[in-house]
Amino acid sequence: MTPDAAAWEALRLSLWVSGWATLFAIPLALWMAWLLARGQFRGKALLSAFVHLPLVLPPVVTGYLLLILFGRNAPIGRLLDSVGLSLAFHWSGAVLAAVIMGFPLMVRAMRLAIEAVDPKLEEAAATLGAPRWSVFGRVTLPLIAPGILAGAVMGFAKAMGEFGATITFVANIPGQTQTLPSAIWTALQIPGGENQAVVMVIMACVVAMGAVLVSETLARRVAARIAGT
Amino acid sequence: MTLSVNIKHAFTGFDLDVAFEAGAGITALFGRSGSGKTTVVNAVAGLLKPDRGNIKLDHDTLFDSASRSFVPPAVRRLGYVFQDARLFPHFSVLENLTFGAKYAPAHTQGAGLDDVVRLLGLEDLLSRGPATLSGGEKQRVALGRALLCKPRMLLMDEPLASLDGPRKQDILPYLERLRDGPLGLPILYVSHAVDEIARLADTLVLLKDGRVQHSGPLFDVLANPSAVPLLGVREAGAVVEATVLAHADDGLSHLRISAGDLHLPGVQADVGTKVRLRVLAQDVTLALTRPKGLSALNILPVTVEGIHQGGGPGAAISLKAGEEKLLARVTARAVADLGLTTGLKCFAILKATSVAPESIGR
Repeated sequence: MTPDAAAWEALRLSLWVSGWATLFAIPLALWMAWLLARGQFRGKALLSAFVHLPLVLPPVVTGYLLLILFGRNAPIGRLLDSVGLSLAFHWSGAVLAAVIMGFPLMVRAMRLAIEAVDPKLEEAAATLGAPRWSVFGRVTLPLIAPGILAGAVMGFAKAMGEFGATITFVANIPGQTQTLPSAIWTALQIPGGENQAVVMVIMACVVAMGAVLVSETLARRVAARIAGT
Repeated sequence: MTLSVNIKHAFTGFDLDVAFEAGAGITALFGRSGSGKTTVVNAVAGLLKPDRGNIKLDHDTLFDSASRSFVPPAVRRLGYVFQDARLFPHFSVLENLTFGAKYAPAHTQGAGLDDVVRLLGLEDLLSRGPATLSGGEKQRVALGRALLCKPRMLLMDEPLASLDGPRKQDILPYLERLRDGPLGLPILYVSHAVDEIARLADTLVLLKDGRVQHSGPLFDVLANPSAVPLLGVREAGAVVEATVLAHADDGLSHLRISAGDLHLPGVQADVGTKVRLRVLAQDVTLALTRPKGLSALNILPVTVEGIHQGGGPGAAISLKAGEEKLLARVTARAVADLGLTTGLKCFAILKATSVAPESIGR
């Protein structure tokens, strides 16, 4: 029972898509988390609900909405197509689906971390002469680092497991959009495909465990530093 | 360097309307909790934008509602020492100390790292994390951190309030060194402890319910009988400056003020130096003739300067003793029986133990 080429290809693609999705989503999620934690504006509750929508909508619905917005014949899709960026049925579309689906989880973790930072420390930094960006970079960012890390791991894990929205939006093309969950699902449809399905399930478990272990170790190091001991 | 504050600010259920000036030395902002002390300091630091008014440091406008100018806290260069230290938990003591140094203009005069570390006795703490420090150590680091920004003025919001007695004694000498040292930084010092103020301050601003009730030189305000209700009957009392003449074998020290000599126990200062003596109003007794056959050692000829009678049974009497001012608290009945009036010459009897040793400074 060894992984065949298709299984390795699905794993490679899943890691590739999830990696890019996480990298893209971190700054966006951080900005959104900041807005929701510290911003004071009308419609904040509405924005928060909108951000959390992918968490509660059926993934198929999210995928279909993406298809409507970013498909070849959709307004945004055509616009992106004209600059040579085609998302539909392309791995970059899988990245978009993963970003959208993981976004609420990332925002949530980062928002909690930002809310836990004592604004009094930022005030103190300001009275010491630090400009706003320095206060963020030298005080706030190090203190919320564990939250960012936790959010990133959540987002990565969600991207690795994302199935419904991805298959609806970018279909199930081997080597292009067939991520690990899609490949497992496909394998289960083929008579005698259970063996490869099990192999890929093990792969998914190993990746998930690895991600959690790495993040735990990093988080412990950061936390020890932040505790100031 | 003179700070002038003139601000109005309304909160729900509380409004602040304060005007005062703070010059060289330590200006103490005194009031009970809720009197608006911290609000004033936050406004000076730029952490709070008042509704109206202006704040100036010499000719530099920090805030002016009329011209809509507001200098952000990072540009004001005022060292703020918070009540709760607020050290950065992810930095070591050394990193905390040097945090603001890079933002200070390069050519400014000010204390260097070595000076501050020595002044505050931080040599052994530099590599430690803030979480491992005691309360007193944290405050010393916070003070050093503020000093290393080369501030134009120091703001201190009850820096000793979170510390217990012995820890306070650890920090007070450093504050005195700062006041008397070559840096000569003006300090705005918030406190609700009269003994701290009596020991440290040069100028005193008394706040109550968001208003300035009294302000002026420390010796004058503390000797003002109408300030007694604000300070509290038990805490009220004048501060006088005395020169140490000698320490006797029986533990008493011989001190001199302009009105005469005093003999007090527990004076730590060297012969020839000046010390501040706090004479609680309730520990001063008045007599019309110089008493004889009394166990008390300290009797000074005084002149009644003013009588402040509240609604209660007590009265506060301000006295002139030579160049110094004293405050006595007697009963209203005694005022009538003795016929105390302004200008009357009489004698003040101070019990030798009436000057608390821990409130003697300098």
